[in-house]
Amino acid sequence: MLNLRLYMLQRLTALVMVPLVIGHLAMMIYAIQDGLTVGEILQRTQGSVAWFCFYGLFVVAVSVHGSIGFRVILHEWANLRGRALDLVTLATGIGLLILGSRAVWAVTFAELAS
Amino acid sequence: MKKPARTHRLWLAYMLHRLSGIGLVLFLPIHFWLLSLALTDRAAMADALQFTAHPLVKIAEYGLVFLLAVHLFGGVRLLVLEWARPVSNRWTDVHKTLAAFAVALAFAVSTLFFLRAL
Repeated sequence: MLNLRLYMLQRLTALVMVPLVIGHLAMMIYAIQDGLTVGEILQRTQGSVAWFCFYGLFVVAVSVHGSIGFRVILHEWANLRGRALDLVTLATGIGLLILGSRAVWAVTFAELAS
Repeated sequence: MKKPARTHRLWLAYMLHRLSGIGLVLFLPIHFWLLSLALTDRAAMADALQFTAHPLVKIAEYGLVFLLAVHLFGGVRLLVLEWARPVSNRWTDVHKTLAAFAVALAFAVSTLFFLRAL
């Protein structure tokens, strides 16, 4: 169900995300005071290569990590296996990647590119 | 008498890691969709953000931040468990302490978030 490649990918993406999640938590704690507005979010992220890279890497890592984690749980708890398990893993990963990439693009360069 | 596995602190840590992972994977599409509104419908995004001022939503956010923090700190503990060599025969005790520490740290981080959100 988990071959060595999936196992290593799961752990590698976990390692990559340790500093990213710490950064994200710090940012949330910093930004949440007085509520959030669209302008406040976009002012911080729009046109920023640094945030694009930070959240872009985050989205790639979480898509891989989340889909493999979900795979393990579906196998153990829902007894899903074989091709169905592969398809759900892939759909979860690609779905998260597409939605996440779109979100990162929306808050960084979408307006500048249009 | 041996304690049942389900009352074992490390079993609880394992279950918390798993449930927080499921919660995060289910929440992410909503999170991404909300941010994508910046591209398609700014007014709807503003409305959604306005919604987060509601006290019940703030409590839900508190829960989500706790899930993220506990998955992070619990995950670091798992990486240590898998990749670091056992240093003594008290390895399980070390991990029980680390598991409790992970939950405490997650609670502290998410409470800090919640207090600032209020």
